[in-house]
Amino acid sequence: MTAPKTLYDKIWDAHVAHESKDGTCLLYIDRHLVHEVTSPQAFEGLRMAGRKVRAPEKTIAVPDHNVPTTLDRANGIKNEESRIQVEALDKNAKDFGVHYYPVSDVRQGIVHIVGPEQGWTLPGMTVVCGDSHTATHGAFGSLAHGIGTSEVEHVLATQTLIQKKSKNMKVEVTGKLLPGVTAKDITLCVIGKTGTAGGTGYVIEYCGEAIRDLSMEGRMTVCNMAIEGGARAGLIAPDEVTYQYCNGRPHAPKGAEWDAAVTYWNTLFTDEDAYFDEVITIKGEDIAPVVTWGTSPEDVLPITASVPSPNDFDGGKVDAVKRSLNYMGLQTGTPLSDIMIDTVFIGSCTNGRIEDLRAAAAILKGQKIKNGMRAMVVPGSGLVRAQAEEEGLADIFKEAGFEWRLAGCSMCLAMNPDQLAAGERCAATSNRNFEGRQGRGGRTHLMSPGMAAAAAITGKLTDVREMM
Amino acid sequence: MDKFTELSGVAVPMPLINIDTDMIIPKVFLKTIKRSGLGVNLFHEMRYDDDGHEITDFVLNKPQYRNSQIIVAGDNFGCGSSREHAPWAIKDFGIRCVISTSFADIFYNNCFKNGILPIVLPKEQVDLLMKDAEKGANARIQIDLLGQTVTSSDGVVMNFQVDDFKKHCLLNGLDDISLSLEKCDAITRYETKVADSHPWV
Repeated sequence: MTAPKTLYDKIWDAHVAHESKDGTCLLYIDRHLVHEVTSPQAFEGLRMAGRKVRAPEKTIAVPDHNVPTTLDRANGIKNEESRIQVEALDKNAKDFGVHYYPVSDVRQGIVHIVGPEQGWTLPGMTVVCGDSHTATHGAFGSLAHGIGTSEVEHVLATQTLIQKKSKNMKVEVTGKLLPGVTAKDITLCVIGKTGTAGGTGYVIEYCGEAIRDLSMEGRMTVCNMAIEGGARAGLIAPDEVTYQYCNGRPHAPKGAEWDAAVTYWNTLFTDEDAYFDEVITIKGEDIAPVVTWGTSPEDVLPITASVPSPNDFDGGKVDAVKRSLNYMGLQTGTPLSDIMIDTVFIGSCTNGRIEDLRAAAAILKGQKIKNGMRAMVVPGSGLVRAQAEEEGLADIFKEAGFEWRLAGCSMCLAMNPDQLAAGERCAATSNRNFEGRQGRGGRTHLMSPGMAAAAAITGKLTDVREMM
Repeated sequence: MDKFTELSGVAVPMPLINIDTDMIIPKVFLKTIKRSGLGVNLFHEMRYDDDGHEITDFVLNKPQYRNSQIIVAGDNFGCGSSREHAPWAIKDFGIRCVISTSFADIFYNNCFKNGILPIVLPKEQVDLLMKDAEKGANARIQIDLLGQTVTSSDGVVMNFQVDDFKKHCLLNGLDDISLSLEKCDAITRYETKVADSHPWV
């Protein structure tokens, strides 16, 4: 009898194409997602060496980071550098023959939303992209992580990555979530507990009743931020919820192939008594709606708490918190729900899917955003946008005073014109609150879509439960 | 790729924890389609004011650290995005080695692809080297990749761990794509097997 295996062990073992004596493996990559920012140097490297893309049929490219999200973008990208980068991807996709969703395609959007939406991401696969939020795809029980540009070139040329195995961590979220608590609160809460380096060297498997109860979209939100906890990847074992999501998508298997796939996918779970190097357990009912107050995703507190003091921390974190509070313009002891905001951003690969927009719209229905508030919704893909329009969500956002944008990464990382000015303070559904992330001097508070919608109405960080 | 064998140089002290890739190279500089020329923008928002003038207090702007080849950093250096522009900028500035108690996974791997050696040491040793770094140009730290040692300016020798394969590539400046392509047959065998057993992939 073989030793019990974790889900990670099983996917790993199924993808080792070559193992050297020292344990260094060539891990086969089933899906390679590509965007315009981290790929141009990799394609150029192929050209210089006279190499081809080994598996163009497994390579999917879409521009997302640089693209404008304003309605006039069909007129072209005004920023020259951004335009050149997107044009380079247009050309590289054509020259190397990979699947491509150009800006003009209704299916274009954030690469981590497009992949699952089109059925490219399936259980048991290995998925990589030159983007740290590739962790998103782990929600399907696929081993998915970000890579640098040199590794992008390596995958393009060889369809493999040189890897050594990570350790196994289990994060179990037991029981039920309370009303107003979402997948975003789970994932932020876990990072608050482990710290941003707590997952370094690990692949995390999220499990437990509260995770099982999540939709596919909620599971993607949880896995998306595994990287913010330092983990190489986050995983959730596939189940009926996963299969229902995948079934019928353009690139999902059909007919007998579908049945064979499901039979295989049903073997993708952690065996009883499998070994985890680290186990963390959180009670679902202990999780409250949270926000970040600092400049690291680990700076998480329930909305009912107050801004902490540097003295609440130890070691290097004391100075880091002093710096954070200074950057964020916050005073120790201020209730988080007294912090005024002037900008709201709903979108990103963390929270730019249809359920996120529904959750925000449920709070905004019949309401108006605070006077002077700048608020925008940036759907994660053209198809999410179309569906939201069909469901009447777009009208709710527009009537409330939100800008209704086209798909892209937008203000999550502010590579396109959607940026914060110095001193502006944003309630954001994205994933990083680093200094300057949304624009130089801009201040970011991370939260769920419902919480961001509530903040748009009141003009300050707000407990969404008061508005439900 | 440039080889890395030995290094003796001035180290710049950056004790802040969680120095992220947005700090190392802000997104505005990710729009390049080249790998070169990013050094001038390394730590841009900490290094320059809104008008583009150097901020004199920032450590890399101090005369004694302008030619540093080593960074001694707080915990969890390089966290955040996968942007290889971060090690490109570090290398272009002239830094060849970063020492910390821990690194973010993707950043750590990206360093090795660019001839930069990231070294993990226990906290007390990083603290000692941080003090060394604070002495400025009078304290040179020595790195020996072959022997896997860091030597402080006072002659304290510390051993560090590094993956054998990564070490081999760095010492010899090897392009790992060429190495992997030598195993092309194994990759083809794997593809043939999976095409049969898991045709939907």
